[in-house]
Amino acid sequence: MDSYDRSESTPEQSASSRLKNYLTGATPLQKRLESVKKQTSFVLTPPQRKILQCSQLQEDVDPQKVAFLLHKQWTLYSLTPLHKFSYTNLKEYSRLLSAFIAAEKQKGLAVEVGEDFNIRVIFSTLLGMKGTQRDPEAFLVQILSKSQSSENREGKVLWTGWFCCIFGDSLLETVSEDFTCLPLFLANGAESNTAIVGTWFQKTFDCYFSPLVISAFNLSWMAAMWTACKMDHYVATTEFLWSVPCSPQSLDISYAIHPEDAKALWDSVHKTPGEVTQEEVDLFMDCLYSHFHRHFKIHLSATRLVRVSTSVASAHTDGKIKILCHKYLTGVLAYLTELAIFQIE
Amino acid sequence: MSVLRPLDKLPVLNTATILLVGTEDALVQQLADSMLKEDCASELRVHLARSLPLPSDVNRPRIDLIVFVINLHSKYSLQNVERSLHHVDASFFLGKVCFLTTGAGRESHCSIHRNTVAMLAHTYRSPLLFCDLEVEEFRATMAQRLVRMLQICAGHVPGVSALNLLSLLKSSESPSPEDP
Repeated sequence: MDSYDRSESTPEQSASSRLKNYLTGATPLQKRLESVKKQTSFVLTPPQRKILQCSQLQEDVDPQKVAFLLHKQWTLYSLTPLHKFSYTNLKEYSRLLSAFIAAEKQKGLAVEVGEDFNIRVIFSTLLGMKGTQRDPEAFLVQILSKSQSSENREGKVLWTGWFCCIFGDSLLETVSEDFTCLPLFLANGAESNTAIVGTWFQKTFDCYFSPLVISAFNLSWMAAMWTACKMDHYVATTEFLWSVPCSPQSLDISYAIHPEDAKALWDSVHKTPGEVTQEEVDLFMDCLYSHFHRHFKIHLSATRLVRVSTSVASAHTDGKIKILCHKYLTGVLAYLTELAIFQIE
Repeated sequence: MSVLRPLDKLPVLNTATILLVGTEDALVQQLADSMLKEDCASELRVHLARSLPLPSDVNRPRIDLIVFVINLHSKYSLQNVERSLHHVDASFFLGKVCFLTTGAGRESHCSIHRNTVAMLAHTYRSPLLFCDLEVEEFRATMAQRLVRMLQICAGHVPGVSALNLLSLLKSSESPSPEDP
């Protein structure tokens, strides 16, 4: 299990330290039980205190390389740890996955691994997409259509999916060596392809995908955190969308604010530097609600926040996200990783 | 400003009155209907209010139990309850007030964190009950539970008082680290 230095301690000390190690839970399973117990205990502190961080490792990433991640709508899934996944076998995985996809698309016909079909799968690692050194490397899966000509030119990208883990410490420390923790999965492309790729991963690595749902509570946190980000120039207005449940059809209320006004409001609310607290988020949203109520006599606090859109990113409650700003990419992904980990546990 | 006091009126023979306070009209109405369907030795009276203070011109009996209904999907309901709490006398909180939270089942629709409501209930030293009032079976079970609590608070159960019940409910929770 765990090793400790026996040479210096006396027999009594070694027995007591062995007992202490047993009690503090050295195995991953015991650590897992500890973390679950901590979460369900009756703690009456405000739910979260967030710190907006820009990962040091992201400074080294070439903006051109991650440009394809921006301005695209990604559908979010949470993923349990992958069993016996190895970064050295990526070519092997590419071959297996392309054979699987071909087989699925032409069910009933015999398929040989390595045969030519008109799609190609590429697995590649995304360097720099991590929060700390402990986080596993992010990797990318792309399905490309093969070009018709004989030379091996890159075809059109049909589907993209990538796995990442940003500041996933709470999950990493409870998982044993065989598992790779990449709890956040983002997919762009046809839903059928996402389903096929998901099935292959579930069969090969014994993991489980589930769609990541972002609650109204988390959306209001995102609104506050992203409004707090310092931007040189704003590319989009800050917009909120609420859904009012009423019969026969639900009513949608959209509220757009000039981003600089939103930032000014946040600055007047924000007290503690470097941290975002629950009270500040509540106050920020309450200001918006009371302003709306004064003009339209509608209580937005009785409706459900469905979509938040800022210059940094935009998120929908169904688990769709679009990141617009390269500078805060890691910050956005870190919060999403936390939501994914929370959903897994 | 009228403040609700627990002992300012004389009790009516064999009658127990409950007051449900909440902005979720449809759910509260359905809960009231479920409660009235319950078999009960005492005569039940259910009063509904969107918020406190209650209009003072109406002649109403002594209120034995107040239930504040909070919907986790709507911050408005929480703010309404917080405002209404100011109009309740402190002596009511000796077992005659309870918080009922609905909507915890659909996590995606929640605008309020569970801990916020838990902190509210802890501040007012009153029990917090969770129930999805939209589901009929859960609503019926909760109605049954509330009727039993109401009978105790009205003094119709010999040997058990509202304060006894409160201490029984409290001891089942794990002790909070913030308690002095």
